[in-house]
Amino acid sequence: MLGFVIQRLLQAVVVMLVMSMLVFAGVYAIGNPIDVFLPANATQEIRAQTIAAYGFDRPLWEQYWRFLVRLAHGDFGRSLIFGMPVLPLILSKLPATLEIALAAVLVGTLLGVPLGIYAGYRPNSPLARLIMALSIFGFSVPTFWIGLVLILTFGVYLGWLPAGSRGDTVLVFGVPFSFLTWNGLQHMLLPALNLTFFKLAMMIRLSRAGTREIMLTDTIKFARAAGLSERAVLGRHVLKLISIPIVTVFGLELGSTLAFAVVTETIFSWPGVGKLIIDSITSLDRPVMVAYLVLVAFLFITINLLVDLTYATLDPRLRRGRTA
Amino acid sequence: MTLPPALVAFWDDFRANRVALGALILGAVIIAGAVLAPVIAPQNTYDIASLNLMDARRPPGFVGSSGYVHYLGTDAQGRDVLSAIMFGLRISIQMGLMAGAIALTLGATLGVAAAYFGGRTEMLIMRIIDLQLSFPAILLALVLSALLGQGKTQLVTALVTAQYAYFARTAHGAASAERNKDYIEAALSTPLGPGSVVFRHLLPNCLPPLIVVATVQIANAISLEATLSFLGVGLPVTEPSLGMLIANGFQYMMSGRYWISIYPGIALIALIISINLVGDQVRDQLNPRLKR
Repeated sequence: MLGFVIQRLLQAVVVMLVMSMLVFAGVYAIGNPIDVFLPANATQEIRAQTIAAYGFDRPLWEQYWRFLVRLAHGDFGRSLIFGMPVLPLILSKLPATLEIALAAVLVGTLLGVPLGIYAGYRPNSPLARLIMALSIFGFSVPTFWIGLVLILTFGVYLGWLPAGSRGDTVLVFGVPFSFLTWNGLQHMLLPALNLTFFKLAMMIRLSRAGTREIMLTDTIKFARAAGLSERAVLGRHVLKLISIPIVTVFGLELGSTLAFAVVTETIFSWPGVGKLIIDSITSLDRPVMVAYLVLVAFLFITINLLVDLTYATLDPRLRRGRTA
Repeated sequence: MTLPPALVAFWDDFRANRVALGALILGAVIIAGAVLAPVIAPQNTYDIASLNLMDARRPPGFVGSSGYVHYLGTDAQGRDVLSAIMFGLRISIQMGLMAGAIALTLGATLGVAAAYFGGRTEMLIMRIIDLQLSFPAILLALVLSALLGQGKTQLVTALVTAQYAYFARTAHGAASAERNKDYIEAALSTPLGPGSVVFRHLLPNCLPPLIVVATVQIANAISLEATLSFLGVGLPVTEPSLGMLIANGFQYMMSGRYWISIYPGIALIALIISINLVGDQVRDQLNPRLKR
């Protein structure tokens, strides 16, 4: 087991290095960032000074090497637009994104799993068909479109809910959160709802497929033969058997919601990490883009590593298969 | 001409699901509208001479200065929204098909090659594919189109990079299962070269699952393109796809002029949902585990 862990850790480190290289080289290719934040009539002297100050005159590999060294010290450089260190900048936007992401995935799971189990349990009932229609809808309709309809319905026509910014926040250990105030919660509702649709559709689909296959197995036949009520069959056996893929997807989805949040945050002007990255893409704020992408890569590689290790703990066959 | 009985049975099964049949018809109507747009659209939206600013931002049902009814209203430049949708669909569908076809070719080649060669090649290819699949496609497409800039080629490149991995995994799964079957061994023992074994025997038998993935991925590509164009990192303004039509109308939505954004959106959703419903039905019919 130890050998397997070390092997996977080393793989993760190599992948992380390759990713950081790709990201750095890719972002470097977007033209000269100096042109963006110097006025067109800046003298040659000022240009040269600025270029030297940011180290843009060095060869690419040297810039990358310095970048790595600074990374190891937790220093991602300074934002060219905000003029502040990148790491605190991203961290300051993170609570807003986490807040709606967590709300969306939680609601999607708590609502989607029971609906999906029902749809798999009675696949031909009208309600199950309705649930599946909802799921196909949630899967097919682009997130930005659902966001527009939500704004149009609840923001413009009904005027019930605000559609923009975070509203009032409360500091918890120095971190601002919206969900603790009534006003903040109102602001949060539409973006979180927008993010939930896709998660809901996915959870319904996943638990329906699992339930349909498990209902045909001998486990269920014997559970029924033993005289268990249908409720107990579903709650004790089906739920337990489908929970493994659901827990995995829950973890992975929490990560990928950060990416979907880009779209939602842009539409609702929710001041999270997603909006930051879109703004920095349009303003060519290179250090922010690089840091964001490296952090996202780190996040996904860590999640994958954890999933792999969890599976290996649960299923000894995987351990042997990979190390052999 | 008589069709093979297997195909007839497949069609009968498909027809039995009325929702899927309806989706197929709806999809066909939308695609026909897009293809025939230059002939049947009330207005050629690329022809600036046909625009009249007096007609701008009129609600559905308005009779414009050119004398015909704007059934879905007009946009900020006085364009007929219905015509703009029909021409916009052309661009969206074109992008979806191009990205889907290239991703299918690239992904299937990689997946089948991995399964055919096995060993280290397989491990390396599949490791990269798995890694890429763990990243959300939308994030990848977003970053790439931001890096590459605006344009059709750039957009297709971004979409293909975000999507080929799904094809590769499907192709690999199907090809690994077929690889060890006797007919492949038999074909390998004949004087056929490895290339013709792969193309004539292995690949055709991996096609059914790939076709299903292709339908879903074309729908995804259309949806991704719309999202990127909506965010302003997809196609340039000279290529008004559905996503851009929706983005253009977004600012007028707050003042209640919903039709500029809503109708292109409905067209987009109808197209994506009908493709997905047809794909779902085909997948269920091809899944032997659900056969009763």
